[in-house]
Amino acid sequence: MKKAFSIEKNDVELLLLFEGEVTLHDITKYNKKLRVLDLQDVQRVTIDLDNVSYLDTAAAIFIHDIKKEFSSKTFTLKCDNEQLLSTLALVEKHISNYHENDKPAEATFTEKIGKIFYNYYAGFIAFIEFFGQLFASKLRYLTSLKHIRYKEIAFEINESAVKALGIVALTSFLIGLVIAYQSAYQLKIYGANIYIVDMLGISIFRELAPVITAIVIAGRSGSAFTAQIGSMKITQELDAMQTMGFEPFAFLVLPRIIALMITMPILIFVADIMGIFGGIIVANVDLSISPELFIDRLSRVVAAKHFFVGIVKGPFFAFLIATIGIYRGLIVKDDTQSIGFNTTKSVVEAIFAVIVCDAIFSIAFTNLGI
Amino acid sequence: MDLIKVRNLTTAFGEKIIHDGLNLTIREGEIYGLLGPSGCGKTTLLREMVMLQDITSGSIEVLGKKIENIRNRDAQKLRREWGVLFQFGALFSSLTLAENIALPLVEYTKLSKKMIDEIIAFKLSIVGLKQSDAYLYPSEISGGMKKKAGLARALAMDPKLLFLDEPTSGLDPISAREFDALILKLRSMLGLTVVMVTHDLSSIYDTLDRVAIIDEKKIAYEGTLDDIASVKSEFIQTFFREKL
Repeated sequence: MKKAFSIEKNDVELLLLFEGEVTLHDITKYNKKLRVLDLQDVQRVTIDLDNVSYLDTAAAIFIHDIKKEFSSKTFTLKCDNEQLLSTLALVEKHISNYHENDKPAEATFTEKIGKIFYNYYAGFIAFIEFFGQLFASKLRYLTSLKHIRYKEIAFEINESAVKALGIVALTSFLIGLVIAYQSAYQLKIYGANIYIVDMLGISIFRELAPVITAIVIAGRSGSAFTAQIGSMKITQELDAMQTMGFEPFAFLVLPRIIALMITMPILIFVADIMGIFGGIIVANVDLSISPELFIDRLSRVVAAKHFFVGIVKGPFFAFLIATIGIYRGLIVKDDTQSIGFNTTKSVVEAIFAVIVCDAIFSIAFTNLGI
Repeated sequence: MDLIKVRNLTTAFGEKIIHDGLNLTIREGEIYGLLGPSGCGKTTLLREMVMLQDITSGSIEVLGKKIENIRNRDAQKLRREWGVLFQFGALFSSLTLAENIALPLVEYTKLSKKMIDEIIAFKLSIVGLKQSDAYLYPSEISGGMKKKAGLARALAMDPKLLFLDEPTSGLDPISAREFDALILKLRSMLGLTVVMVTHDLSSIYDTLDRVAIIDEKKIAYEGTLDDIASVKSEFIQTFFREKL
């Protein structure tokens, strides 16, 4: 049957004639057609559905709205189709208790600010709580050696450190190369070629290798911790572990933290070697300092303490990266967006924490004369 | 009129054969159930009908279109003509319930904001949710509520064809019976055709007109529930023991 909608208006009388199928695709058009008319003086409204074959619920709502609008006037509905009448009745029944003003009010500016700060505060408290739990379980597990889960630790060492060896080596090699290349140009001006050894030795051992390694690991392993633990939370694996009496802290949290704390110094050591290797290449090519001379001078001018300062930072950085990554994983909520959000946050926060920690070390060590 | 025709359908995941030559026909206006033991491929068949899963061989015709080699434009058109309710609701977690229901209306129609709000209120009300629930996010509601909201979203465009994957599982018995009543009511009013996968015996007897039972990779039985006793299938004999 053909679709049609016609309006007849004689003075105070309004006749709305629907034909064929009336669906949600038509009603906006029909409504526009109706609204161009001046409906102020209408006294009697008739809706004719006799020729309508199908009425969907959106169209039924449309008719209900018209009926409501003219409720103070004389309203007649011409319809003998049982199906259509029952659709209209259903709409009437369910929509009668709907009021437009039921929507919750928009939050005010102060409310929003308050909410944001409260969330930060609640997040901080939750992090402290996590720390407390972490230390409690750490104490419990470290009191007896047989409780330590060596297998999980070994697995995590392989996952988050051994597999990261390549990228850490490559990154620090390139950093060594770039730093050496840039300073070689400056040193040449003063004829101070040989001082590239002192400069590279101290900067790489003390600062660059540990920080670069920490940043790579935060991006690679810290984010993986968040995503893994977060998805385990969504699939209720964490709940399952808890009900079976496997403490998530012992199985998931501590092995990851311990593994990273063990391997971070080793990764920094590799980064040291690769960074210096990059420096040797540039010194040889650009400043004609032979590798033998470079290494000879390195052992004479760069004290071993610089190397140890860098290595000592490792476990601290590792602890920060792992705890932040895991904490972010554990607070993932039961929806898919939450994983992405927390993974991003975990990487940003871990890198920030590493740099703050490095600054504190830097001041402390200098004041101690190390 | 036949809305869905499945002919010689074979599905295989790698070496594993799930369906081996299925044939079934779903007619307009009926409530059709896909039954069978766990792992027999009911949900897979449903996924194939809504073009989420590729079929290995054979053919499926939905609303007169063969979906195994359908053009993109026809596929898009088809997708607007059906509603699908997933087992766990599958609501978009970044949107509130109201926004979830509004999404197809906003994307595919020119309805005014006021009209959409009214439609949302109506759909929420018929599936048994409260007005105040409209502004909640899926992570803030229970599994049963997610299911009801999923149905409201599936019904948003008033589709002629509705696919339901275990609609009553996870609902309390009262909500489950209300759900059945709602399905029957919608069918009689809007002439809806419903295809559902279900294990709920009351639901099966209260709502289904015809069923297909998939067992051992084949259709063990297709037809009304009245003649089911005569079928020699271990699954059917056990499953319907109480009612036979």
